[in-house]
Amino acid sequence: MTSHAEAMHEHHGPPEANRSSRVDPRVLGMFLFIASEAMLFGSFFTAYFFVRVVNPDAPAEWPPEPFHFPVFVAGVNTAILVTSSFTMHWALQSIKRGERKAFLAGMILTFTMGLAFLMTQVVEYLNVGFNTSDGAFASVFFGLTGLHGAHVAVGLTLLGIVIVRGFRGHYSPEHHHGVELPGIYWHFVDIMWIVVYSAVYLI
Amino acid sequence: MESPFRSEAAAFRLLLVTIGAFALIVAASWIAPWLGLLTVLVLTGGAVWLYLRQRPPAAPPQTIDHVGAPDDRRVLVIANETVGGEELMSAISELALGGKTDFYVVCPALNSRLKTWTSDEDPARAEAQRRLDATLSRLASVGIEARGEVGDVDPLVAIEDGVRSFRPDEIVVSTHPEGRSNWLERGVVGAVRERFDVPVTHVVVDLETHEATP
Repeated sequence: MTSHAEAMHEHHGPPEANRSSRVDPRVLGMFLFIASEAMLFGSFFTAYFFVRVVNPDAPAEWPPEPFHFPVFVAGVNTAILVTSSFTMHWALQSIKRGERKAFLAGMILTFTMGLAFLMTQVVEYLNVGFNTSDGAFASVFFGLTGLHGAHVAVGLTLLGIVIVRGFRGHYSPEHHHGVELPGIYWHFVDIMWIVVYSAVYLI
Repeated sequence: MESPFRSEAAAFRLLLVTIGAFALIVAASWIAPWLGLLTVLVLTGGAVWLYLRQRPPAAPPQTIDHVGAPDDRRVLVIANETVGGEELMSAISELALGGKTDFYVVCPALNSRLKTWTSDEDPARAEAQRRLDATLSRLASVGIEARGEVGDVDPLVAIEDGVRSFRPDEIVVSTHPEGRSNWLERGVVGAVRERFDVPVTHVVVDLETHEATP
Protein backbone atom coordinates (compact mmCIF):
# COMPACT_ATOMS: atom_id res chain seq x y z
CA MET A 1 0.00 0.00 0.00
CA THR A 2 1.34 3.38 -0.83
CA SER A 3 2.04 6.04 1.73
CA HIS A 4 -0.76 8.15 0.30
CA ALA A 5 -3.28 5.36 0.69
CA GLU A 6 -2.08 4.77 4.25
CA ALA A 7 -2.44 8.44 5.00
CA MET A 8 -5.99 8.34 3.64
CA HIS A 9 -6.88 5.42 5.94
CA GLU A 10 -5.40 7.20 9.00
CA HIS A 11 -7.35 10.36 8.26
CA HIS A 12 -10.10 10.95 10.84
CA GLY A 13 -11.23 14.48 10.04
CA PRO A 14 -13.83 15.60 7.56
CA PRO A 15 -13.28 14.43 3.98
CA GLU A 16 -11.02 16.48 1.77
CA ALA A 17 -12.99 19.08 -0.16
CA ASN A 18 -13.70 18.03 -3.71
CA ARG A 19 -12.05 20.60 -5.95
CA SER A 20 -12.91 19.11 -9.31
CA SER A 21 -13.88 22.56 -10.60
CA ARG A 22 -10.11 23.34 -10.47
CA VAL A 23 -10.78 26.89 -9.33
CA ASP A 24 -8.11 27.84 -6.83
CA PRO A 25 -9.79 28.97 -3.59
CA ARG A 26 -7.57 32.07 -3.37
CA VAL A 27 -8.39 33.03 -6.95
CA LEU A 28 -12.07 32.42 -6.30
CA GLY A 29 -11.87 34.55 -3.17
CA MET A 30 -10.21 37.38 -5.08
CA PHE A 31 -12.83 37.11 -7.84
CA LEU A 32 -15.64 37.39 -5.29
CA PHE A 33 -13.91 40.28 -3.55
CA ILE A 34 -13.37 42.18 -6.78
CA ALA A 35 -16.95 41.49 -7.83
CA SER A 36 -18.29 42.90 -4.56
CA GLU A 37 -16.01 45.94 -4.81
CA ALA A 38 -17.06 46.53 -8.42
CA MET A 39 -20.70 46.49 -7.33
CA LEU A 40 -19.99 48.86 -4.46
CA PHE A 41 -18.16 51.40 -6.60
CA GLY A 42 -20.65 50.75 -9.41
CA SER A 43 -23.54 51.88 -7.22
CA PHE A 44 -21.72 55.12 -6.40
CA PHE A 45 -20.85 55.71 -10.06
CA THR A 46 -24.48 55.09 -10.99
CA ALA A 47 -25.49 57.86 -8.60
CA TYR A 48 -22.77 60.08 -10.09
CA PHE A 49 -23.88 59.55 -13.68
CA PHE A 50 -27.52 60.00 -12.71
CA VAL A 51 -26.81 63.32 -11.06
CA ARG A 52 -24.59 64.52 -13.89
CA VAL A 53 -26.18 63.04 -17.04
CA VAL A 54 -29.61 61.45 -16.58
CA ASN A 55 -31.07 64.04 -14.23
CA PRO A 56 -33.14 66.58 -16.26
CA ASP A 57 -32.00 69.29 -13.85
CA ALA A 58 -28.35 68.36 -14.27
CA PRO A 59 -26.10 71.42 -14.17
CA ALA A 60 -24.64 72.51 -17.50
CA GLU A 61 -21.29 73.02 -15.85
CA TRP A 62 -19.51 70.44 -13.70
CA PRO A 63 -19.19 71.34 -10.93
CA PRO A 64 -22.04 73.89 -11.03
CA GLU A 65 -21.07 77.51 -10.64
CA PRO A 66 -19.70 79.00 -8.41
CA PHE A 67 -17.94 75.85 -7.14
CA HIS A 68 -14.63 74.47 -8.37
CA PHE A 69 -12.76 71.24 -7.86
CA PRO A 70 -9.07 71.51 -6.93
CA VAL A 71 -8.02 69.69 -10.11
CA PHE A 72 -4.31 70.51 -9.82
CA VAL A 73 -3.97 69.45 -6.19
CA ALA A 74 -5.92 66.28 -6.90
CA GLY A 75 -3.66 65.70 -9.91
CA VAL A 76 -0.56 65.92 -7.74
CA ASN A 77 -2.29 63.60 -5.27
CA THR A 78 -2.98 61.19 -8.12
CA ALA A 79 0.68 61.22 -9.09
CA ILE A 80 1.61 60.44 -5.47
CA LEU A 81 -0.80 57.50 -5.32
CA VAL A 82 0.29 56.09 -8.68
CA THR A 83 3.94 56.38 -7.60
CA SER A 84 3.11 54.43 -4.46
CA SER A 85 2.04 51.52 -6.66
CA PHE A 86 5.48 51.54 -8.27
CA THR A 87 7.17 51.44 -4.86
CA MET A 88 4.79 48.66 -3.78
CA HIS A 89 5.79 46.66 -6.84
CA TRP A 90 9.46 47.37 -6.10
CA ALA A 91 9.04 46.23 -2.50
CA LEU A 92 7.52 42.90 -3.53
CA GLN A 93 10.14 42.29 -6.20
CA SER A 94 12.81 43.05 -3.59
CA ILE A 95 11.56 40.50 -1.06
CA LYS A 96 11.29 37.96 -3.86
CA ARG A 97 15.01 38.52 -4.49
CA GLY A 98 15.78 38.40 -0.77
CA GLU A 99 16.71 42.10 -0.56
CA ARG A 100 15.20 42.90 2.81
CA LYS A 101 16.39 46.51 3.09
CA ALA A 102 14.96 47.41 -0.30
CA PHE A 103 11.74 45.64 0.61
CA LEU A 104 11.36 47.63 3.83
CA ALA A 105 12.31 50.88 2.09
CA GLY A 106 9.70 50.19 -0.60
CA MET A 107 7.02 49.43 1.96
CA ILE A 108 7.77 52.56 4.01
CA LEU A 109 7.73 54.72 0.89
CA THR A 110 4.43 53.17 -0.18
CA PHE A 111 2.91 53.73 3.23
CA THR A 112 4.19 57.31 3.41
CA MET A 113 2.80 58.19 0.01
CA GLY A 114 -0.52 56.56 0.84
CA LEU A 115 -0.69 58.55 4.05
CA ALA A 116 0.23 61.74 2.16
CA PHE A 117 -2.59 61.06 -0.28
CA LEU A 118 -5.09 60.60 2.53
CA MET A 119 -3.93 63.69 4.42
CA THR A 120 -4.06 65.78 1.24
CA GLN A 121 -7.60 64.56 0.69
CA VAL A 122 -8.57 65.64 4.19
CA VAL A 123 -7.04 69.08 3.58
CA GLU A 124 -8.86 69.22 0.25
CA TYR A 125 -12.18 68.49 1.97
CA LEU A 126 -11.56 71.29 4.46
CA ASN A 127 -10.79 73.81 1.73
CA VAL A 128 -12.96 72.71 -1.18
CA GLY A 129 -15.53 75.43 -0.48
CA PHE A 130 -18.70 73.36 -0.43
CA ASN A 131 -20.31 70.72 1.74
CA THR A 132 -22.73 67.83 1.32
CA SER A 133 -25.66 70.20 1.89
CA ASP A 134 -24.75 72.23 -1.21
CA GLY A 135 -26.44 69.93 -3.70
CA ALA A 136 -26.46 66.46 -5.16
CA PHE A 137 -23.18 67.07 -6.97
CA ALA A 138 -21.48 67.70 -3.61
CA SER A 139 -22.99 64.55 -2.11
CA VAL A 140 -21.77 62.53 -5.07
CA PHE A 141 -18.32 64.13 -4.88
CA PHE A 142 -17.88 63.40 -1.19
CA GLY A 143 -19.49 59.98 -1.56
CA LEU A 144 -17.18 58.78 -4.34
CA THR A 145 -13.96 60.30 -3.07
CA GLY A 146 -14.83 59.39 0.52
CA LEU A 147 -15.53 55.77 -0.44
CA HIS A 148 -12.14 55.67 -2.11
CA GLY A 149 -10.51 57.34 0.88
CA ALA A 150 -11.96 54.64 3.13
CA HIS A 151 -10.34 52.04 0.87
CA VAL A 152 -7.02 53.87 1.13
CA ALA A 153 -7.34 53.81 4.92
CA VAL A 154 -7.93 50.05 4.85
CA GLY A 155 -4.95 49.67 2.49
CA LEU A 156 -2.74 51.70 4.84
CA THR A 157 -3.73 49.40 7.69
CA LEU A 158 -2.69 46.39 5.62
CA LEU A 159 0.56 48.06 4.60
CA GLY A 160 1.24 48.97 8.23
CA ILE A 161 0.86 45.32 9.24
CA VAL A 162 3.26 44.29 6.46
CA ILE A 163 5.83 46.86 7.64
CA VAL A 164 5.62 45.74 11.27
CA ARG A 165 5.92 42.10 10.27
CA GLY A 166 8.76 43.00 7.91
CA PHE A 167 10.75 44.65 10.71
CA ARG A 168 10.15 41.57 12.86
CA GLY A 169 11.87 39.45 10.24
CA HIS A 170 8.84 37.97 8.54
CA TYR A 171 8.70 37.21 4.80
CA SER A 172 11.33 35.66 2.60
CA PRO A 173 11.84 34.89 -1.11
CA GLU A 174 9.85 31.68 -0.53
CA HIS A 175 7.14 33.11 1.74
CA HIS A 176 5.81 36.50 0.74
CA HIS A 177 2.09 35.85 0.33
CA GLY A 178 1.41 38.35 3.12
CA VAL A 179 2.98 41.06 0.94
CA GLU A 180 1.43 39.92 -2.32
CA LEU A 181 -2.21 40.19 -1.23
CA PRO A 182 -1.97 43.73 0.25
CA GLY A 183 -0.09 44.62 -2.96
CA ILE A 184 -2.99 43.42 -5.10
CA TYR A 185 -5.39 45.40 -2.92
CA TRP A 186 -3.24 48.52 -3.14
CA HIS A 187 -3.11 48.37 -6.95
CA PHE A 188 -6.87 47.88 -7.01
CA VAL A 189 -7.32 51.01 -4.87
CA ASP A 190 -5.05 52.93 -7.28
CA ILE A 191 -6.99 51.70 -10.30
CA MET A 192 -10.24 52.85 -8.73
CA TRP A 193 -8.72 56.26 -8.04
CA ILE A 194 -7.72 56.63 -11.70
CA VAL A 195 -11.37 56.03 -12.59
CA VAL A 196 -12.70 58.36 -9.89
CA TYR A 197 -10.24 61.15 -10.69
CA SER A 198 -10.88 60.95 -14.43
CA ALA A 199 -14.68 60.84 -14.09
CA VAL A 200 -15.15 63.38 -11.31
CA TYR A 201 -12.33 65.90 -11.77
CA LEU A 202 -11.27 65.77 -15.42
CA ILE A 203 -14.19 64.89 -17.66
CA MET B 1 -9.99 32.97 -18.14
CA GLU B 2 -7.46 34.47 -15.81
CA SER B 3 -8.19 37.08 -13.20
CA PRO B 4 -6.33 40.37 -13.73
CA PHE B 5 -5.92 40.32 -9.94
CA ARG B 6 -4.40 36.84 -9.74
CA SER B 7 -1.08 38.28 -8.57
CA GLU B 8 0.51 41.56 -7.58
CA ALA B 9 2.38 41.72 -10.89
CA ALA B 10 -0.84 41.19 -12.86
CA ALA B 11 -2.63 43.87 -10.84
CA PHE B 12 0.29 46.25 -11.42
CA ARG B 13 0.08 45.64 -15.17
CA LEU B 14 -3.65 46.34 -15.03
CA LEU B 15 -2.90 49.62 -13.26
CA LEU B 16 -0.55 50.67 -16.08
CA VAL B 17 -3.14 49.72 -18.69
CA THR B 18 -5.80 51.65 -16.77
CA ILE B 19 -3.62 54.78 -16.69
CA GLY B 20 -3.10 54.58 -20.46
CA ALA B 21 -6.76 53.89 -21.17
CA PHE B 22 -8.06 56.73 -19.04
CA ALA B 23 -5.50 59.15 -20.45
CA LEU B 24 -6.99 58.37 -23.87
CA ILE B 25 -10.57 58.72 -22.60
CA VAL B 26 -9.91 62.05 -20.91
CA ALA B 27 -8.08 63.42 -23.97
CA ALA B 28 -10.91 62.30 -26.27
CA SER B 29 -13.53 63.79 -23.95
CA TRP B 30 -11.76 67.15 -23.98
CA ILE B 31 -11.90 67.14 -27.79
CA ALA B 32 -15.59 66.20 -27.87
CA PRO B 33 -17.86 64.41 -25.37
CA TRP B 34 -19.14 61.95 -28.00
CA LEU B 35 -15.54 61.06 -28.87
CA GLY B 36 -14.87 60.29 -25.22
CA LEU B 37 -17.90 58.01 -25.07
CA LEU B 38 -16.79 56.30 -28.27
CA THR B 39 -13.32 55.76 -26.79
CA VAL B 40 -14.87 54.21 -23.68
CA LEU B 41 -16.95 51.83 -25.80
CA VAL B 42 -14.03 50.85 -28.05
CA LEU B 43 -11.62 50.29 -25.16
CA THR B 44 -14.22 48.35 -23.15
CA GLY B 45 -15.03 46.16 -26.15
CA GLY B 46 -11.32 45.58 -26.80
CA ALA B 47 -10.67 44.70 -23.17
CA VAL B 48 -13.56 42.23 -23.05
CA TRP B 49 -12.40 40.65 -26.33
CA LEU B 50 -8.83 40.27 -25.09
CA TYR B 51 -9.99 38.89 -21.77
CA LEU B 52 -12.23 36.27 -23.35
CA ARG B 53 -9.70 35.02 -25.88
CA GLN B 54 -6.82 34.53 -23.46
CA ARG B 55 -5.96 30.99 -22.38
CA PRO B 56 -4.59 30.34 -18.93
CA PRO B 57 -1.29 28.46 -18.68
CA ALA B 58 -1.79 24.73 -18.43
CA ALA B 59 -1.72 23.40 -14.89
CA PRO B 60 0.90 20.71 -14.16
CA PRO B 61 -0.41 17.16 -14.60
CA GLN B 62 -2.08 15.73 -11.54
CA THR B 63 -0.18 12.83 -9.99
CA ILE B 64 -2.36 9.85 -9.09
CA ASP B 65 -0.86 7.58 -6.43
CA HIS B 66 -1.21 3.85 -6.98
CA VAL B 67 -3.65 2.19 -4.60
CA GLY B 68 -3.64 -1.55 -3.82
CA ALA B 69 -1.14 -4.32 -4.42
CA PRO B 70 1.74 -3.49 -6.78
CA ASP B 71 0.47 -5.88 -9.47
CA ASP B 72 -3.12 -4.66 -9.34
CA ARG B 73 -4.31 -2.30 -12.03
CA ARG B 74 -7.17 0.09 -11.75
CA VAL B 75 -8.80 1.37 -14.93
CA LEU B 76 -11.28 4.23 -15.07
CA VAL B 77 -13.57 4.06 -18.10
CA ILE B 78 -15.55 7.09 -19.17
CA ALA B 79 -18.10 6.77 -21.94
CA ASN B 80 -21.28 8.47 -23.12
CA GLU B 81 -23.73 6.70 -25.45
CA THR B 82 -20.81 4.60 -26.62
CA VAL B 83 -20.61 2.80 -23.28
CA GLY B 84 -21.91 -0.50 -24.66
CA GLY B 85 -20.03 -0.29 -27.98
CA GLU B 86 -18.15 -3.28 -29.36
CA GLU B 87 -14.83 -1.44 -29.63
CA LEU B 88 -15.01 -0.39 -25.98
CA MET B 89 -15.94 -3.90 -24.83
CA SER B 90 -12.97 -5.28 -26.80
CA ALA B 91 -10.63 -2.73 -25.25
CA ILE B 92 -11.83 -3.57 -21.74
CA SER B 93 -11.53 -7.31 -22.40
CA GLU B 94 -8.01 -6.82 -23.67
CA LEU B 95 -7.05 -4.87 -20.55
CA ALA B 96 -8.64 -7.54 -18.36
CA LEU B 97 -6.34 -10.16 -19.88
CA GLY B 98 -3.29 -8.30 -18.58
CA GLY B 99 -3.73 -9.42 -14.95
CA LYS B 100 -5.85 -8.45 -11.97
CA THR B 101 -7.65 -5.34 -13.10
CA ASP B 102 -10.38 -3.33 -11.39
CA PHE B 103 -12.66 -1.40 -13.69
CA TYR B 104 -14.67 1.65 -12.75
CA VAL B 105 -17.12 2.86 -15.38
CA VAL B 106 -18.34 6.45 -15.32
CA CYS B 107 -21.35 7.42 -17.43
CA PRO B 108 -21.90 11.19 -17.52
CA ALA B 109 -25.54 12.21 -17.26
CA LEU B 110 -25.74 13.76 -20.73
CA ASN B 111 -28.11 16.68 -20.71
CA SER B 112 -28.84 19.91 -22.54
CA ARG B 113 -27.46 23.14 -21.09
CA LEU B 114 -30.94 24.52 -20.54
CA LYS B 115 -32.01 21.44 -18.58
CA THR B 116 -28.77 21.48 -16.59
CA TRP B 117 -29.23 25.13 -15.67
CA THR B 118 -32.82 24.48 -14.61
CA SER B 119 -31.79 21.38 -12.61
CA ASP B 120 -33.92 19.14 -14.82
CA GLU B 121 -31.46 16.27 -14.56
CA ASP B 122 -33.52 13.31 -13.39
CA PRO B 123 -34.30 11.88 -16.87
CA ALA B 124 -30.65 12.27 -17.95
CA ARG B 125 -29.36 10.56 -14.82
CA ALA B 126 -31.91 7.76 -15.18
CA GLU B 127 -30.85 7.20 -18.78
CA ALA B 128 -27.15 7.21 -17.80
CA GLN B 129 -27.88 4.75 -14.99
CA ARG B 130 -29.68 2.47 -17.45
CA ARG B 131 -26.69 2.50 -19.80
CA LEU B 132 -24.32 1.90 -16.92
CA ASP B 133 -26.33 -1.05 -15.55
CA ALA B 134 -26.53 -2.64 -19.00
CA THR B 135 -22.78 -2.29 -19.50
CA LEU B 136 -21.87 -3.67 -16.07
CA SER B 137 -24.19 -6.65 -16.69
CA ARG B 138 -22.59 -7.28 -20.06
CA LEU B 139 -19.10 -7.13 -18.57
CA ALA B 140 -20.16 -9.49 -15.77
CA SER B 141 -21.52 -11.93 -18.34
CA VAL B 142 -18.02 -12.30 -19.82
CA GLY B 143 -16.42 -12.59 -16.40
CA ILE B 144 -15.21 -9.03 -15.89
CA GLU B 145 -16.01 -7.52 -12.54
CA ALA B 146 -16.66 -3.82 -12.71
CA ARG B 147 -18.25 -1.07 -10.71
CA GLY B 148 -19.48 2.30 -11.82
CA GLU B 149 -21.38 5.50 -11.24
CA VAL B 150 -23.31 8.17 -13.04
CA GLY B 151 -21.11 11.22 -13.46
CA ASP B 152 -21.43 14.95 -13.99
CA VAL B 153 -22.71 16.23 -17.31
CA ASP B 154 -19.25 17.72 -17.96
CA PRO B 155 -16.97 14.78 -18.88
CA LEU B 156 -13.89 16.44 -17.37
CA VAL B 157 -15.64 17.04 -14.05
CA ALA B 158 -16.97 13.47 -14.16
CA ILE B 159 -13.44 12.18 -14.70
CA GLU B 160 -12.03 14.37 -11.92
CA ASP B 161 -14.64 13.00 -9.53
CA GLY B 162 -13.93 9.44 -10.68
CA VAL B 163 -10.18 9.96 -10.26
CA ARG B 164 -10.63 11.33 -6.76
CA SER B 165 -12.71 8.40 -5.56
CA PHE B 166 -11.16 5.53 -7.58
CA ARG B 167 -7.48 6.55 -8.05
CA PRO B 168 -6.94 4.81 -11.40
CA ASP B 169 -3.66 3.69 -12.99
CA GLU B 170 -5.10 4.18 -16.45
CA ILE B 171 -7.99 6.07 -18.01
CA VAL B 172 -10.01 4.91 -21.02
CA VAL B 173 -12.08 7.55 -22.82
CA SER B 174 -14.68 6.29 -25.27
CA THR B 175 -16.06 8.67 -27.89
CA HIS B 176 -17.92 8.76 -31.17
CA PRO B 177 -15.75 9.08 -34.31
CA GLU B 178 -14.27 12.43 -35.33
CA GLY B 179 -16.92 14.68 -36.81
CA ARG B 180 -19.74 13.18 -34.74
CA SER B 181 -18.16 13.52 -31.32
CA ASN B 182 -18.95 16.53 -29.21
CA TRP B 183 -16.25 15.48 -26.73
CA LEU B 184 -13.57 15.39 -29.43
CA GLU B 185 -14.67 18.79 -30.68
CA ARG B 186 -14.23 20.13 -27.15
CA GLY B 187 -10.80 18.51 -26.82
CA VAL B 188 -11.78 16.30 -23.90
CA VAL B 189 -9.23 13.56 -24.68
CA GLY B 190 -6.37 16.06 -24.95
CA ALA B 191 -7.46 17.78 -21.75
CA VAL B 192 -7.49 14.45 -19.86
CA ARG B 193 -3.97 13.70 -21.11
CA GLU B 194 -2.81 17.14 -19.92
CA ARG B 195 -4.41 16.85 -16.51
CA PHE B 196 -3.36 13.39 -15.38
CA ASP B 197 0.00 11.67 -15.46
CA VAL B 198 -1.45 8.20 -16.14
CA PRO B 199 -1.81 6.48 -19.53
CA VAL B 200 -4.94 7.59 -21.37
CA THR B 201 -6.42 5.32 -24.03
CA HIS B 202 -8.86 6.77 -26.55
CA VAL B 203 -11.36 4.28 -27.93
CA VAL B 204 -13.49 5.29 -30.89
CA VAL B 205 -16.89 3.58 -31.07
CA ASP B 206 -18.80 3.88 -34.34
CA LEU B 207 -22.37 3.05 -33.34
CA GLU B 208 -23.79 3.96 -36.76
CA THR B 209 -21.65 1.35 -38.52
CA HIS B 210 -22.74 -1.32 -36.06
CA GLU B 211 -26.40 -0.37 -36.47
CA ALA B 212 -26.07 -0.47 -40.26
CA THR B 213 -24.39 -3.90 -40.16
CA PRO B 214 -27.04 -6.67 -40.44
